[in-house]
Amino acid sequence: MSEIRGGVIGGALQRLGRGVIDAVSRLGRAQLFLNQTLVSMPAGALRPREWIRQTYSVGVLSLVIILVSGLFVGMVLGLQGYNTLVNFGAEESLGVLVALSLVRELGPVVAALLFAGRAGSALTAEIGLMKATEQLSAMEMMAVDPFERVVVPRFIAGIVSMPLLAAIFSVVGVYGGYFIGVDLLGVDSGAFWSQMTAAVSFYDDVLNGVIKSVVFGVAVTWIAVFEGYDTAPTSEGIGRATTRTVVHASLAVLGLDFILTALMFD
Amino acid sequence: MSDEMAARPIVRVRDLMFTRGKRAIFDGVSLDIPRGKITAIMGPSGCGKTTLLRMIGGQLRPASGLVEVDGTEVPTLSRRELMRLRRKFGMLFQSGALLTDLSVFDNVAYPIREHTSLSEQLVRHLVLMKLQAVGLRAAADLMPSELSGGMARRVALARAIALDPALIMYDEPFAGQDPISMGVLVRLIKELNDALHMTSIVVSHDVHETASIADYIYVLSRGEVVGHGTPEALANSSSEWVRQFMDALPDGPVPFHYPGTSLADDFRAAGAAAGAPRR
Repeated sequence: MSEIRGGVIGGALQRLGRGVIDAVSRLGRAQLFLNQTLVSMPAGALRPREWIRQTYSVGVLSLVIILVSGLFVGMVLGLQGYNTLVNFGAEESLGVLVALSLVRELGPVVAALLFAGRAGSALTAEIGLMKATEQLSAMEMMAVDPFERVVVPRFIAGIVSMPLLAAIFSVVGVYGGYFIGVDLLGVDSGAFWSQMTAAVSFYDDVLNGVIKSVVFGVAVTWIAVFEGYDTAPTSEGIGRATTRTVVHASLAVLGLDFILTALMFD
Repeated sequence: MSDEMAARPIVRVRDLMFTRGKRAIFDGVSLDIPRGKITAIMGPSGCGKTTLLRMIGGQLRPASGLVEVDGTEVPTLSRRELMRLRRKFGMLFQSGALLTDLSVFDNVAYPIREHTSLSEQLVRHLVLMKLQAVGLRAAADLMPSELSGGMARRVALARAIALDPALIMYDEPFAGQDPISMGVLVRLIKELNDALHMTSIVVSHDVHETASIADYIYVLSRGEVVGHGTPEALANSSSEWVRQFMDALPDGPVPFHYPGTSLADDFRAAGAAAGAPRR
């Protein structure tokens, strides 16, 4: 009896140890991967055609989901905000509420979550499949550095796209809130805009939001590209790597958001 | 090139050791690849043939031993030096490994555009010549997904010879090909080797096709060279290992059963587990 229990506990300990070792070594590989990416960054940046093409597939093709989501999030903010503010007769501040929520938090965070799902998963699957079909190996054997040709262009594309997508998300969201608040619920249009411009500071709010989205862009793209490059070259491996990208990138965005918010808006 | 250099083998491997997990892939392999010849490396699946090519190309490092290409020790090279060395190589991957987002033309043009600054006009001429050599000039505008397996491999071959490499490595060029494609590839490998004065390494387990074009054959098994010689010499070899492989015998030194416990032990263990009282 005691022997069996020892076996179960021993097994659990073993699994725990293996899990920790796996996680730590994965972190180490991710760091080495980032180092190599940064070393290859100048050479990769000198191939503008390549990263502009990637910016199209990572950024431009994510526009539809960003526009639609931004509009609906803004409309929901308009509705919820109005219903609360009207109790205090403060519905003229709706513009402030919508704009600050979007610019400081929802714009960068929700855009990054959508970006992880739409573009991050595609990056992981694409690079993983290139690895599985030996395309990365073939590049190496042709004396072409896959970091310069494959990794860096996608990395740059992600970092360029993310702040732009977040900004577009916020702008569309503000218009969504305006549509609900002003056009449908009758908030005064002049008050909506003037209160917003008076309360939203460029440095404290807009710029901090941009900084957030850049940080999220680096984190999501790093995770996505690394998972693709590190994947086991099988169909199961690619599936797991894609899932991991979405899960880890989303968690990273939420965790980083808390840290950045604590640093920025104390 | 001096005569001495020309006489030296282009690839020298000495006492190569390599393990993956607990399994020894190479346990003291030594071989020479002479210049201008077709050398075949044969052996059953999983005996490390492809691993050997990856070591010659510097994608894997051996645990110990010497891998020398053109007088330089591959495992000691830096990333940059390795890239320079690889410009002398062409490699044909088993899957073809064409870049799926580029057309056939752009795939063959890829190494030329990467490593030279030739005019687009000249690149076009070169690519069409290479595609003509493999008989696929008319397929230049197709995408890799539109090619059959045999065509994909020929496009990959055109890409591998795009920069006229000194050494070309074929990883299982005949695997999974229909008899016609197989015949085409056999002829191409032989003709390209002779016409372009290249050195070819063919890794394969297709005995007849490989023996028909190889100048020299090494047979690998269980991490060792178990036999080597010209195709004729190997056909008459008395070694059990070589016999089993060349004559395709199901059982011999390479056992039919994957090594493990005996069947009786397995049954006994299963019986004990089923019969054990539940606790």
